[in-house]
Amino acid sequence: MVQETPRVASLVLEMPDWPGHLAGQHVDVRVTAEDGYQAERSYSIASSPEDSRLAITVERLDDGEVSPYLVGELRIGDKVELRGPIGGYFVWRPADERPLLLVGGGSGVVPLMAMIRHRVAINSKTPTRLLYSSRSQDDIIYRAELERLAARADGLTVAHTLTRMQPAGWDGYARRIDLAMLGEVAWPRHEMPLTFVCGPTPLVESVASLMVDMGYDPPSIKTERFGPTGG
Amino acid sequence: MSFISRGFRGKRRDTASSSRLPPGQYIVTDYPVLSAGPTPRIPLNEWTFVIEGEIDKPRSWNWEEFRKLPTEQVTKDIHCVTKWSKFDTGWTGVSMDKILEGVETAAEYTVQFSYGGYTTNLPLEDLTGGKAWVVYEFDGQPLHPEHGGPARMLVPHLYFWKSAKWIRGIRLVNEDEPGFWETNGYHNYGDPWREQRYWGD
Amino acid sequence: MTVQQSDLKLDGNAIGGLLREIFTMEMTAAEGTCSSCGKVHAVGQVEVYMNAPGVVVRCPACGQVQMRIVKGGGRYWLDLSGIRCLEFSSE
Repeated sequence: MVQETPRVASLVLEMPDWPGHLAGQHVDVRVTAEDGYQAERSYSIASSPEDSRLAITVERLDDGEVSPYLVGELRIGDKVELRGPIGGYFVWRPADERPLLLVGGGSGVVPLMAMIRHRVAINSKTPTRLLYSSRSQDDIIYRAELERLAARADGLTVAHTLTRMQPAGWDGYARRIDLAMLGEVAWPRHEMPLTFVCGPTPLVESVASLMVDMGYDPPSIKTERFGPTGG
Repeated sequence: MSFISRGFRGKRRDTASSSRLPPGQYIVTDYPVLSAGPTPRIPLNEWTFVIEGEIDKPRSWNWEEFRKLPTEQVTKDIHCVTKWSKFDTGWTGVSMDKILEGVETAAEYTVQFSYGGYTTNLPLEDLTGGKAWVVYEFDGQPLHPEHGGPARMLVPHLYFWKSAKWIRGIRLVNEDEPGFWETNGYHNYGDPWREQRYWGD
Repeated sequence: MTVQQSDLKLDGNAIGGLLREIFTMEMTAAEGTCSSCGKVHAVGQVEVYMNAPGVVVRCPACGQVQMRIVKGGGRYWLDLSGIRCLEFSSE
């Protein structure tokens, strides 16, 4: 269990017989109460396919049902029932050599992090840009690791925007993702980039439609929406 | 095969047996929003409500006319097929008995149809006799669009999918016409006390 | 009548697990043709409403209901009548 931010934790799971996964896929986690009541939620896989253990990153939703249990109750050694990996649309395969633009909002960064970790693990040189929107600096998930990976200067750049609160001296963006920001961060159209956008539904729809307005080919923009049903 | 998740209780959930709680239900105090599509926003000056189909002549009301009908305040328990029940919900609206007053029809069945395309079917006798209302206020406030405003049906003796949100009208029909959920697995009648959730229940 | 885009809307990625139960294979990359407007979308792209008695899938272009999936009482009910054709890999 790794506490990533005050509200977000990663669960690291030993997975006997795990068939392996692709970067971007998720798992469905099912929990069962003593009286037989069951609830099931989807969580993105955060770890690279190369990692020996599977990591999922969970944001605790205050009025949620499953996430407070996973983040607050679960102890080392507990068993978790999950099925997967699931997903064939929102996945990155390194054989695809197009430059990558990854746009994430909040915990929508999780499947993008799996892509970034996968890229590092296989020493891919695919030029990759991450644009990551968080509410405040404390809400940035994987902050130290992203900083470290970007410092390797191997073709990964990371741009942050903080929409609600910025620390003194903040030199990143300080607003919701808009046309001007995408204009600065996105790859030029002629480089035929592949774009992955993941986050809350309003952010995903806004970014995807801005990208289409900017002339990017719609099939090259893959989206995944996170919603309040994820509790 | 599932195993017990140590320490998981769920966000529940009062299942304390009560003569007011149908089998398989639990009590909630909030008001969950269910949604099968985008939430329609209907300006009041474009809203109409109609009774049509097998009827001597179709009836229609605009918002202003509708609000002049005699209103009732009712307090009811509601039961959603997704297993939550909410007790003592307060509504303001017009009784279907009032709306159907003077209507002559041989039809035995009805279809509620909504802005946004939703439909649900009921025998006519389940809409009359003080069992159903078209409501436009919840707890004294105008009904929020996500809960079916400007106006929705309230048929509290059946599962709540039988109470259409964003109601646009009721069609009187001679032959039963299963609606949106009734054609895809959900029970044609939906009595919570007999736990009529799915086909064959 | 205008329509508000609700936060309750997700996309087809969210039902990848449910579809795998039914089809016993990965389906989010499958491509469906809308029987109403004829546009083709990957299952991962379609609009999904899950806070309902069942799952309702709508075309992102025209809003038409493409699939209804109800699971309960040990059974599934699957209505695909809003999809004219569904293409997916046999691998």
